[in-house]
Amino acid sequence: MASSAAVAEISAPREARESVVVRFAGDSGDGMQLTGGQFTQATALAGNDLATFPDFPAEIRAPTGTTFGVSSFQINFGSRRIKTSGDAIDVLVAMNPAALKVELPNVREGGVIVADVGSFSERNIKRAGFAANPLEDKTLDAYRVVEIDVSALTMEAVKESGLGKKDALRCKNFWTLGLVYWMYGRDRKATVDWLNGKFAKRPDLAAANIAALNAGHAFGETAELDDMPSYSVAAAEIAPGQYRTVSGGEALAWGLVAGANKAGLEIMFGSYPITPASPLLHILSRLKQFGVVTFQAEDEIAAVCSAIGASFAGHLGITSSSGPGIALKGEAIGLAISTELPLVVVNSQRAGPSTGLPTKTEQSDLYQAVYGRNADAPLVVLASRSPSDCFETAVEAVRLATKYMTPVMLLTDGYIANAAEPWLIPDVDKIPPFNVTFRTDPEGFHPFVRDEKTLARNWAVPGTPGLEHRIGGIEKAYGSGHISYDAANHQKMTDTRKAKIDGIANDIPEQIPEQGESSGKIAVVGWGSTFGPIDRAVSNVRADGHAVSHIHLRHIWPMPRNLGALLANFDKVLVPEMNTGQLVTVLRAEYLVPAERVSKVSGQPFKIGEIEGAIRAHLEA
Amino acid sequence: MNVVPEQLTAKDFATDQEVRWCPGCGDYAILKALQRTMPEIGATPEKTVFVSGIGCAARFPYYMETYGFHTIHGRAPAFATGIKLSNPDLDIWVVGGDGDMLSIGGNHLLHALRRNVDLQILIFNNEIYGLTKGQYSPTSRIGTRSPSTPQGSVEAPVSAALFALGSGARFVARSVDTDQKHLPVMFKRAHAHRGASLLEIFQNCIVYNDGVFDGFKDPSVAADRQVRVEHGQPMIFGKEKNRGLRLRPGAFEFEAVTIGENGVTAEDIAIHDETNRVMATLLASMDPDTLPVALGVLYCNPAPTYETGVLSQAADVRAKSPNANLNKLLRSGYTWTV
Repeated sequence: MASSAAVAEISAPREARESVVVRFAGDSGDGMQLTGGQFTQATALAGNDLATFPDFPAEIRAPTGTTFGVSSFQINFGSRRIKTSGDAIDVLVAMNPAALKVELPNVREGGVIVADVGSFSERNIKRAGFAANPLEDKTLDAYRVVEIDVSALTMEAVKESGLGKKDALRCKNFWTLGLVYWMYGRDRKATVDWLNGKFAKRPDLAAANIAALNAGHAFGETAELDDMPSYSVAAAEIAPGQYRTVSGGEALAWGLVAGANKAGLEIMFGSYPITPASPLLHILSRLKQFGVVTFQAEDEIAAVCSAIGASFAGHLGITSSSGPGIALKGEAIGLAISTELPLVVVNSQRAGPSTGLPTKTEQSDLYQAVYGRNADAPLVVLASRSPSDCFETAVEAVRLATKYMTPVMLLTDGYIANAAEPWLIPDVDKIPPFNVTFRTDPEGFHPFVRDEKTLARNWAVPGTPGLEHRIGGIEKAYGSGHISYDAANHQKMTDTRKAKIDGIANDIPEQIPEQGESSGKIAVVGWGSTFGPIDRAVSNVRADGHAVSHIHLRHIWPMPRNLGALLANFDKVLVPEMNTGQLVTVLRAEYLVPAERVSKVSGQPFKIGEIEGAIRAHLEA
Repeated sequence: MNVVPEQLTAKDFATDQEVRWCPGCGDYAILKALQRTMPEIGATPEKTVFVSGIGCAARFPYYMETYGFHTIHGRAPAFATGIKLSNPDLDIWVVGGDGDMLSIGGNHLLHALRRNVDLQILIFNNEIYGLTKGQYSPTSRIGTRSPSTPQGSVEAPVSAALFALGSGARFVARSVDTDQKHLPVMFKRAHAHRGASLLEIFQNCIVYNDGVFDGFKDPSVAADRQVRVEHGQPMIFGKEKNRGLRLRPGAFEFEAVTIGENGVTAEDIAIHDETNRVMATLLASMDPDTLPVALGVLYCNPAPTYETGVLSQAADVRAKSPNANLNKLLRSGYTWTV
């Protein structure tokens, strides 16, 4: 961190930075997520790589000025590949004392704090839990503090709009955004266009917000504040092509549509609202033009049942929820396993048992996904590693569900669902199709006659003459599918269901390390959204010459066929997970490897430093 | 293999599976009546789907030579909704008992009815849990002695018909398992109704609740204890066809009167209007101790079906974007080229 950066005007030399972490924090009504989203857009347009971390309270609108009502949005962007939302904050925009109180521990020493002093009233200071005004005592000595009365300046900027005080003050976030745009030399045009579009029916609000945005920007340009930093972050070296930003929810929805398209099927999506899974319902309900029917069911159980019914009738049944909802769906998923119908179950994991922390992230549903049903009920489990990766994972989920006539559980999490990153937009036409063939020939038809290779049964849908049949959860005779209580038949059917899922290992890629060799001292094995921090941590220790490799699983069940052999090539296997060690248990059980855990269950993503520290400790041990 | 002959008969709807209900179970009569009705309503095996939950009644699909899905306890209406949304051309029958549909599945039944999904929903009500060996059910009367209520149940029972009317059902009817004349008529009416049709069938569980409906089913009392309602017809009953229902003056309830007694004339007898939900509610509310049990179509008042609404919205969206292209969608909004 440079000691100072005096700036008079925009042409002044900016401090060059490889990457920067900015966090906007304020009341949950302050529009921080919106602000962050716009900053993300402008940053992507500027050619930086980036990753975001939206973090918001579970309350819809917590009392103003309280620490539990703080909503924040963090963005890490840079001229190099960005794989995490960043460990420590370089610039914190604190809209009130509570935001400062909550986020201060995450600010890098020497980092910049932009504080809206207009909100630092005695009442707000006290409400945030500060004994005295932190701007006036020694609390912030280790940081560079930029004190601005954003509230007053915003009021001034929008006074010509004729808005009342309350509406005028709601433009504060755009004033702040304008200032931050100036700090990083960001173009305002995309945001102006967006505001004009959003408030097409309220041009006064559009004008006021644009005025605030411009005023914030002009303030940065002219304030001549000695402590007002400005930076340049060069465009990242990125593979050529057309890009957009994408959230996990979007990529997942589009991937499911792409997958269904490749299978030649229409989608019936049955779901029940739950945080953080709801975005998928919202996005898919706007994609009817692609053959998507969405059904907001009366509960989680009806949601999954409707999807299974749809699969029985020849659609691709999809359901989505978070852990507690998946728990309710368990019995029905067992029926889909028993009747061998395709089904995609998306689990946007959240933190904690029962209701837990609905808006916080965790990856603690791995046991639930792999083992969490009554009896021997195997299914396919996949995990997405990042927002854009959701697209490919979703296509893969549809492919496996339809080819093998099986439910597939796709694990994502609250972090992935809400975070956004730039995405090299794929050409959907280049994804190989995997068209489904329904059985139509009555000759020799029985519902449980199987394909010899995949062990998948016939998919014969109602409406097809001559294939009338009955299926259900009672054990079926191998082949004919008639009810059977025969002991040997149950053994055979159980073995077959297991063999079918196990056999999928032959239809998925062998595991290769993301980074590093196929043997060495430590294999750091991860899955899901820990990809970014593990990747960076491993690259840091590798830069020091250590034989550490990063192995990241997309296929959790069945596991890649070479995984056991691959892990055996390392002295140690280290598994960082946002749970108490679930993948560790599975790896130990499957491969008898002495895998060790690196556990974090705080509802917050791993920091690079935490994983790097764990690896280094094991290198020394 | 099922080769469809030109003129179908009841046999064409019977599977080769051995029926495994207790000898004497009322379900046999219902199965027989339905298999007989199917050809008469022009049903075809390939377009027909039977969906059930869990319980004795829920074994029904295995015995119908149509498509069938024996699902999980209470959830049949949810499966049926998904099937209907995927293929609205299918003719879907949902079959369950009183426990399946009104206890564990009460929620799903409520929502299928109020959404008005085009389904025929048959509740085989025997006021007892059969498959789990005789516990009291949500329709059991207060005082029902069962393995789980040895001193008698203390719970007030739910009325399937009143529940359905309260849920917003547009078709509610009642019949009796053994009535091989009336039951097919009710199947036909339920089938002809577009939207959710709720048919409650009073069914006898010979093992755990034998004779529970004898108070109005037994031939010796049936004429006096039942009133068969028909749209536009006076609600007459009794061996002599001289008894009837009339609105009690000054009250919102029916009373049973005798024509020729106390100045009551034929004109005083109420005419059934099946499109009147209040009348249906009064009929379903009649206390069986003092008034006859109303059978027949209590309520029929069609409204747009759920799947029509959902699928017409989807069709509109498709019509407006005939060239929907996923590659285009992915490239909509802000993009940039590196």
